[in-house]
Amino acid sequence: MVIVFQSKPSILASSAVAGPLEKKSVFYSYFDSVVEDERWNEKTNEQGHAKMILEASNIVMKKANIENLDVDYFLSGDLVNQMTPSNFAARELAISFIGLFSACATSVSSVIIASLLTELGASQYAIAGAASQHNAIERQFRYPNYYGGPKPATSQWTVTAAGYALVGKHNPEYPSIVAATVGKVVDYGDVNPMHMGGAMAPAAFDTITAHLKKRNQKFQDYDLIMTGDLGKIGLKILKAMLAQTGVKPEELQLLRDAGAEFYGEDEAFLAGASGAGCSASVYFSYIIQQLKTGRFKRVLLCATGALLSPLSFQQGESIPCTAHAIEMTME
Amino acid sequence: MEPKEYQDLEKQVTPPIPYLKNALKAFFVGGIICTIGHAVTYFYIIFFDFTEKTVGNPTVSTMIFFSMLLTGFGLYKKLGQYAAAGSAVPVTGFGNAVISAAIEHRTEGVVLGIGGNIFKLAGTVILFGVASAFFVALIKLILVSIGVVQW
Repeated sequence: MVIVFQSKPSILASSAVAGPLEKKSVFYSYFDSVVEDERWNEKTNEQGHAKMILEASNIVMKKANIENLDVDYFLSGDLVNQMTPSNFAARELAISFIGLFSACATSVSSVIIASLLTELGASQYAIAGAASQHNAIERQFRYPNYYGGPKPATSQWTVTAAGYALVGKHNPEYPSIVAATVGKVVDYGDVNPMHMGGAMAPAAFDTITAHLKKRNQKFQDYDLIMTGDLGKIGLKILKAMLAQTGVKPEELQLLRDAGAEFYGEDEAFLAGASGAGCSASVYFSYIIQQLKTGRFKRVLLCATGALLSPLSFQQGESIPCTAHAIEMTME
Repeated sequence: MEPKEYQDLEKQVTPPIPYLKNALKAFFVGGIICTIGHAVTYFYIIFFDFTEKTVGNPTVSTMIFFSMLLTGFGLYKKLGQYAAAGSAVPVTGFGNAVISAAIEHRTEGVVLGIGGNIFKLAGTVILFGVASAFFVALIKLILVSIGVVQW
């Protein structure tokens, strides 16, 4: 389903904060803040997770020179059960709050909702974004953090990072959201939770091709099409799928993936980065800054999410995935 | 694209699992861990009053103590990523499974957190270990009773 925003809401400010290991990220220099303690000096991983969301939201407001009372909506999601980090951060922020779960695609689904609220005239300012904290997510979806179980080359590393954006009325000085595609849930029967890129690639394929078709666009109309966290192997699969439908190799060069690039070529991170904070922290730092400087004029950000739970894959269910996309331009 | 078609494509792009390399790494690291275990065994026999029959318990305890230290400092995780089954199969791997779960759930309290979750991973090993030991012993008992083998 493609939405065209007539009012072209703008991203008036954005922020990205990250954990200590994320200093190894190639996007490190674009982040607003990096903490030394993975738990943000709190007692538990989950409390640290909530504090990270809070800090990212506060940075956004500070940059835009506004306060909590000026913000109409806070739209956030994460991967912890019942999204308690987002809920707890919202308690501190005291802004009207809708929690959203699109797994790692929440970075984009939250911005879509914020843009709709803005277009509707219901929101002057809305903070939208997503976050993930490595330890809190790993313990929930996989094994205890200190457990010595090996991960295959296809598995990805959940980042500790948060990315938030302030969505407001159109302002030509800032990047604007002109269209969006709300993805379907796609499931090609993949069952391996250690190969998320393989499970999510078809969802990205579905959303990107649907967006281009409905908008009557080609790859060349964009300076960049960036997926969320397919990882190195998932990105290769997506490129192979697109190549089969006749997309040329030079067009495929416009396609990049935040998760595949996040930690550079460091093999310790296997197939690359993942997590709701992965796409959020890259989109709302690097991409926004590149748009502002005019290096990119039109980008398509397509965040992917694997909609599984530890319970669902233990019960033998395959992994349903989704992908949401926003088209942003800079005048 | 059909699911079958997609899975073929996915398989083609995904690098294959290096089974031979993994097996060799597991063999050597597992072998080194067991050699250390044997050294501990000799240490107890030579310097303390243990025999080959009684040395098992202190050796296992010592190996689990080493495993605890390595787990707490986050090193067993790194070893596990390299050696896989090589570090999971020896008793140190069992120790790692218990200790990592205990550390993980400390934030939920001592009783419900540590107590309720410490055997989250190792419980499987205990259940199937005890059950299979029972059946193996039963088979041996039958064989001894009919005179095929001796105790």
